[in-house]
Parts: sequence; C-alpha cells; structure tokens
Amino acid sequence: MPARALAARRAAAVLGLVVTALSAAAVSILLGSNHLDPGVVLTALVHPGEDVGAVVWGSRVPRTVLGLLVGLCLGVAGAVMQGQTRNPLADPGIFGVTAGASLAVVLGVTLLGSLSVLATVWLALLGALVASVAVFTVAALGRGLSSPVPLAIAGTAVSAFVTAFTSALVLADETSLAAYRIWVVGSLSGRSLHGVGVVVLLAAAGLLVAAAHTRTLDALALGADLAASLGQHLLRARLAGLAAITLLTASAVALTGPIGFVGLTAPHVARRLVGGGHAWLLPASGLVGATVLLGCDVVGRLVGGATSEVSVGVVLSVLGGLAFVLIVRRTRMTAL
Amino acid sequence: MSAPSAVAARPWRRVPGRPPRRRVVFVTVGCLLAALAVGVVGLAAGSSSLTAGDAVRTLLGGGSPGEHLIVVGLRLPRVLGALLVGTALGLAGALTQTFARNPLATPDIIGVTSGASLGAVMAIVLAGGTYQVAAGTLSLGMPAAAAVGALLTALVVYGLAWRGGIDSFRIILIGIGATATLSGVTSYLVARAQITEAANAAQWLVGSLSGMSWSSVRPLLVVVLLVTPVALAQSRDLEVSQLGDDVTSGLGVAVQRHRLLVLGCAVLLTAAAVSASGPVEFVAFLAPQVAQRLAATARPPLLASAFVGALVVAGADAASRTVLPGQLPVGIVTAVVGAPYLIWLLTRLKERETVS
Repeated sequence: MPARALAARRAAAVLGLVVTALSAAAVSILLGSNHLDPGVVLTALVHPGEDVGAVVWGSRVPRTVLGLLVGLCLGVAGAVMQGQTRNPLADPGIFGVTAGASLAVVLGVTLLGSLSVLATVWLALLGALVASVAVFTVAALGRGLSSPVPLAIAGTAVSAFVTAFTSALVLADETSLAAYRIWVVGSLSGRSLHGVGVVVLLAAAGLLVAAAHTRTLDALALGADLAASLGQHLLRARLAGLAAITLLTASAVALTGPIGFVGLTAPHVARRLVGGGHAWLLPASGLVGATVLLGCDVVGRLVGGATSEVSVGVVLSVLGGLAFVLIVRRTRMTAL
Repeated sequence: MSAPSAVAARPWRRVPGRPPRRRVVFVTVGCLLAALAVGVVGLAAGSSSLTAGDAVRTLLGGGSPGEHLIVVGLRLPRVLGALLVGTALGLAGALTQTFARNPLATPDIIGVTSGASLGAVMAIVLAGGTYQVAAGTLSLGMPAAAAVGALLTALVVYGLAWRGGIDSFRIILIGIGATATLSGVTSYLVARAQITEAANAAQWLVGSLSGMSWSSVRPLLVVVLLVTPVALAQSRDLEVSQLGDDVTSGLGVAVQRHRLLVLGCAVLLTAAAVSASGPVEFVAFLAPQVAQRLAATARPPLLASAFVGALVVAGADAASRTVLPGQLPVGIVTAVVGAPYLIWLLTRLKERETVS
C-alpha cells in the first residue's frame, strides 16, 4: 500500500476511535443506575443545582472524566511497556505499581483501621512510586543501566515479593481483607476528582513524556544495538519510558484501584488497527483503553442497579476477557 | 598457569559453539540432591523435634510407633506433597516458557490456574452459604472442583485457539482473555461472599500445604510420574522450536502434535499441583528462570527446573514450619525467599536479552 494511503487509513482509524471514545463518554453521562430521562440529564448538564444536577455533576461527570483519563493512561502505558520490553505479554502492572499500591493500602488499613477515599489515593500513589523505584533499582543494579537486567523479569520478581507481604497481612487481619477485597477489583464509583488534582497532573505529565517518546520506541523495536547505532541514547530512552509508565500507571492505580487487563490487551487491539508504529499506536491504544473502560463501567451500573453496582474491574475482566478472545479468534494478531 | 588450562579446569564455562552439557547435569543432580535433603529436614522439623537421622531411620522401617505415626502418617505426605507440587509447577513452567519463548508465559497464562481458582472458590462460596457447610466441602469437594476447573478451562482455551492448528502466540492471547474472564468472576465472588468465606477463599488462593494428606498426594504422584517422561521426550523438539514455527516444521517436527503434547503436559501438571495445594503461582515463573541461569542455558532446562521447583517449595514449607513465625502459607514464603534470590541472580549474570 502506498505510504499516503496507509497514513490515511491510520488517521481514519484513530479518528474512528476518538468518535467511539466520545460516544462512550456520552453514554456514560446519559445512562446510570439511577434511571433518568436523557432529556432531564441534558437539562441538568446545562442548569445544575437540583437533585438531578447532583447526580449528573456530582457522580456521572466525574466518573466519566475519570474513566476516560484512567483508560487513556492504562492503554498508553501498556503500549509503552510492551515497546520498551519488546514483550507482548508485558502488562504495565508488572512494573510493580499494582503490587506496591496494594501493599500501601493494606498497610494503611491494618495500621489505622480505616482509610478515607483521599488517604487511599495518596497511599496508593506512594506505594506505586516506591515499588516502581525498587524495580528500577533492581534493573539498574549490577552492570549499570547501559545493560540492565530484563525489566519484565525484575518487575515480576519484585511484584511477587511485595504481594507476598500483602497476602500475609490480609490473611492475618479480617479488617484489612474486608477493605482490600473491595479496593483490589478497581472501581470508578465513589471516587471524586476533588483533591486529586496533583494525581491528574502526574497522569498528564506521563502522557506528555510518552508522546515525546514515540520515535525512541520505534527505534527500540529494532533491538538495543540497532537503536544505539541509529543514534538513540539508550539510557535516556529507557529513563523516559520508565518515567512515562510509572507516572501513568501510578496515577491510574491511585485514582481507581488496580484495573488490570486494559494495559495488556489495548495495545494488541490497537496494533491490529494502526500497525506497530508508535506515533499511531500510542494514541490508538489509549483511546481503545478509554472506550473499553467507560463501556464496562456503564454495563456495571446497569447490571447491578442502584444498590449493588458491579465494579468496573469485574465487568472489564469478564466482558473484556470474552471480547478479547473473540477478537483474537477472528483476526490474525500481529506479534511484536 | 596459562589461560587455556584455566578454561580446561572449568569445562562448563561457556565456550562458543559447544553446549554446556556438563554444567546442566551438574545443576540438575545438585538440585535433586538438595531437594531431597531439604525433604529429610522437613520430615525431622516440626513441633515434636526429631533428628534427621531419626527421620531417615523411621522412613526405612525403624523407629518407635509414635515416631512412625509422626513421620510417615503426618509429615511424609506434606513433605512429599511439597516436593511434588514444586516438581510439577517447575516443569510446567519450563514447558510453557520454552513453548512460548517468553519468560512471562507461566502455565497460568493459558488459563489453567485461574480455572482451578474459580473452581475452588465456587466450591467454597457457593457450596453452602454458611461457614459450617463450606468447611465440610473444603475437605472433599475443593481439590476436585479445582481440577475440573483447570482441565475444563484448558480444553476451552485449546478449542477456542484452534484454527486449523494451534499457533503459540494465539493460544497465549486467548489464555490471557480467559484468565481475565475467570479471575473477574472469582474476585466478584470473593467480594460478594460472607467475610468468613472470603477469608477461606483468600487462604486457598495464596496456596498452602497445610491440608496435604495421602489422599491429595496420591493423584499428584501419579500425574507427575506419568507426565514427566512424556514431557522430557519433547525436549529435543522444544529445542528445535526455539528457531520459530516455520523452521520447526521445516526440520520435520510434527508441530501440532508437539504443541498438543507440551501443552497437555503443562496443563496436567499444573492442574494436579494446584488442586492439591492451591495456586503457589510464583514457583512456575521462578524455578525455570533460576534453573536457566544456574545451568547457563539459552532456555530453561526441563528436569533442572522441576528440581529447583521441588527445592523451593519444600524449602519454603520446611522454613515456614520451623524458623518463620505463625505458620505462613507456603505461597507467601516461596515469594519472599525466591524473589530476592532471582533478583540476586539477575543482577550478577550476563544476560542474552538486549532490550527486555
């Protein structure tokens, strides 16, 4: 296919994904466990203040924004992770972020008895950052950053180590288990955007670093030696990638709790749509992530009803898993 | 002393163009002996302390009736269970990591572990609804439920991945999807269950050897004894398959049959281990990676991985019954001890991978 036609096809695919993500956002504002008339919702969007306004502006809008942001973060982080490690099975969670955040939250509950929503966000962020620094240190130990140990293996080992302590705490203390089993599935409900501006800024910074990183990822896809001979500064390339992954996944896990699977699978779907070039792959993967996360959140609200919504982490695993199986079956997936 | 003779004195040092055979044998035998030694220590260790000599004497038919009861009746199934669970998971992990040519491809990535977990958690959470009834089904129903869950999942994943043949990348992606779906249902059940049942489920999901008895060891022993030779017979084809799918079939390997055998072995081993002990997940990742680095091979050596797995699980179990506080489940101890060791190995050995 000529280069221009290829570029046009990719642009069309990304445009289609933008439209899909925006439609998902619209649906997420219009539908919820409180059955409201769409017209009423639209009125409340313009004239907030009444009961409906409280539902729409207090719950649905922040939730939608959160879903878009976190989905975008996870999708982009997954694509960066798989590009950096050249491993199609690398999930951004193996960077230790999920394990670190879980341990911090469980430690908080064990020591303090209970945690406010905001305290949970900050603890999770702290744990995520500490754990990713630990993974990074392990990767850099020994022979220095110019020839680091395999990141995916180091991350898996550190994650398992940290998770063991989480399990030990949870098994010893039922209060911690009670809090942990709810937090660990990941949810968009009951979260608010108040007081977490810094976390949102971190996420935005991560997106910027990732966006500036696409050419480097393309070079890394050829292998470290070839990338270096193409003029890439390997240490800088690795640092930028790790910074992007950490910022994106740490803020995501702090905002919603651990949401797996998006980061692992969104890049595969996106790669199928726009190919392996990272300038297209990163936005496409982020948009797939955002759409899927919001869609699953809406399904969770509608299935559970007002009293017992099914959290997005569960819906995402179940429906996302099934959908992914269907996609893999129907199409020919591109390996890295 | 000149340099060449220094190399000759250590023939297992990597020499270009020659596989380091002797080092593999050395590591394999060493790990087997270490695992057996740890097993004997595990027989002796516990609340009523015996010496290792007492344990061996009792095992060989001597010892008082009391010692016989403790060693053969109580501790032997647990120690044997630990060794077998480690063997099974280490070998299964080596098979899947080699099969996929990816260190992250542990058996749980083809959905086996998540299927077993869902089966067991369903047995805990749905069987009764009250604690007493659930506790009753714990002893009988859970291993069976886990085994059914594991095998059913493997069949479904294999069936879904079949499109005129099995492609190694496609079956792993489908396994990821299946794992997500099943573990989503599992965490939903855990989140909605009574807290006591959730605690039971959490306990099982960590992996523990405390419920090990002769009735759970026997099926595991049979599976390990039957499957291991089949898996080892695939070793040469696995070596060839490292060159990629096209080259593999070009070199005359019956690719589909080879894949079915490798995956079948991994599934059976994992299902047997997980139904006996719960998912001691980390072992299947750890053991092959450690064995590969100890033996300085390009891919995980099968038998050495199995014995490293046995050593890790039996060692973790012995440690948790003696020096560590509060009878920690073996799944926790393997991660706490094994992860730093792997990290230490990682930091001091030269890697082949350039970017990963």
